Amino acid sequence: MAEYHLTTPLSDEDVSKLKAGDIVYLNSTIYTARDAAHKRLVDLIDNGKELPFDLQGSVIYFVGPTPPKPGEPIGSAGPTTSYRMDSYSPILISHGQKGMIGKGKRNEAVKEACKKYKAVYFGATGGAGALIAKAIKEAEVIAYPELGPEAIRKLKVEEFPVTVINDTYGNDLYEIGRAKYEVKE
Amino acid sequence: MREIAYEDLVKSVKAMVMHTASHLPEDALKAIEEAYNNEESEVAKSVLKQILDNAHLASSEDRPLCQDTGLAVYFVKVGEDVKVVGGSIRDAINQATEEAYKDGYLRASTCECFDRHNLKDEVGYNLPAVIHFDIVEGDKIEIEYAAKGGGSENVSRATVLAPAQGKEGIKNFVKQVISDAGPNPCPPIIVGVGIGGTFEVAAKSSKHALFREAGTPNENPVLDEFEKELKKELNNLGIGAMGMGGTQTVLAVHIEKNPCHIASLPVSVNVQCHSSRHSHITL
Repeated sequence: MAEYHLTTPLSDEDVSKLKAGDIVYLNSTIYTARDAAHKRLVDLIDNGKELPFDLQGSVIYFVGPTPPKPGEPIGSAGPTTSYRMDSYSPILISHGQKGMIGKGKRNEAVKEACKKYKAVYFGATGGAGALIAKAIKEAEVIAYPELGPEAIRKLKVEEFPVTVINDTYGNDLYEIGRAKYEVKE
Repeated sequence: MREIAYEDLVKSVKAMVMHTASHLPEDALKAIEEAYNNEESEVAKSVLKQILDNAHLASSEDRPLCQDTGLAVYFVKVGEDVKVVGGSIRDAINQATEEAYKDGYLRASTCECFDRHNLKDEVGYNLPAVIHFDIVEGDKIEIEYAAKGGGSENVSRATVLAPAQGKEGIKNFVKQVISDAGPNPCPPIIVGVGIGGTFEVAAKSSKHALFREAGTPNENPVLDEFEKELKKELNNLGIGAMGMGGTQTVLAVHIEKNPCHIASLPVSVNVQCHSSRHSHITL
């Protein structure tokens, strides 16, 4: 289990050195999107239109934060469950996205896309929204403000803590970790 | 007939809802600390450490523990000899919920089922609250509250078994639900199991079971034994904190049981994430 400090946008070289179980601290810019925003991004790609941010090397965080208190960039901001983005992620990955941050299992299509196009799925600690928000220094809504907590936000992060769940080699930390501690009767 | 002013009821419920969003109750905190001490996996231990750090930060800075501040769920017991003056109990709870979620900077997560739009501009901020009423003897109003997140609700399941399947069938169903859920409901979890009654009684019981203080024994010794057995077998699944593998998947199993039809054995499993935000007041 290695530890890395990476700065976005991520390159093929960056993600290729990561293995399931590695701890990564992310720096610079990441974008937020949940179900509704993902649907709109994929619709734009399908219609050949320009996206609200550059997908190349991008990291998308699956989160719908609480409203910020006055004077703060963001409220509590932990990950939401990722499978709801499974039908959209492979399309975004094939267009240059390099990282996803969420929690919970992904389907085979996402894992295949991670292998084929070199991308990784990071897990953040669900229910640690107050703690994770400390790593977010700035937040700006850049698209779909009408979606409220589901709007796309551009976040400036410092040492944002994540764990590699699915790497570019087909490894899955959820399967590896569980197999290690399962007690068969 | 004892009287309670509508405004007093609103004030008490609002204070409880706001406090609960950022202060993990003692029972949950203790259970997570225990899991941290017993966990063998270093990765899972580091996750549990983050969860504990988050709880301390949230309470000291009065920040929501989780961005999913839940749907507001209440179990309300109303005494036959008490009356709320100046409005209805339901209105008071809804008003308190709306004010708490707005003033506490909590997320409004209630939406319409089909087009998924947020209902805050139409029916109110994070309204309607989910309220289960019961009428009891006495002149008190007892309110149990939980902020119930979506991730753990999504993996919850109910079924009706054949009576012949018995306790073994119940055990297999619970294990299947938790095994399928894996990392998704934010383990370590509390597992609420409702047994018996009709289909909806089992589901409601599984929800209410989550309101019990984690770590307290079941009053029924047979169920207490069953809870311990289930907890051990669920921990043997190896899921661990946030599903990263480990020995501490389940903080507690809570069972509620009701008499049922001679033809049926309803079972419901309601899952609670580690951020078990619950509280209660008696007025």
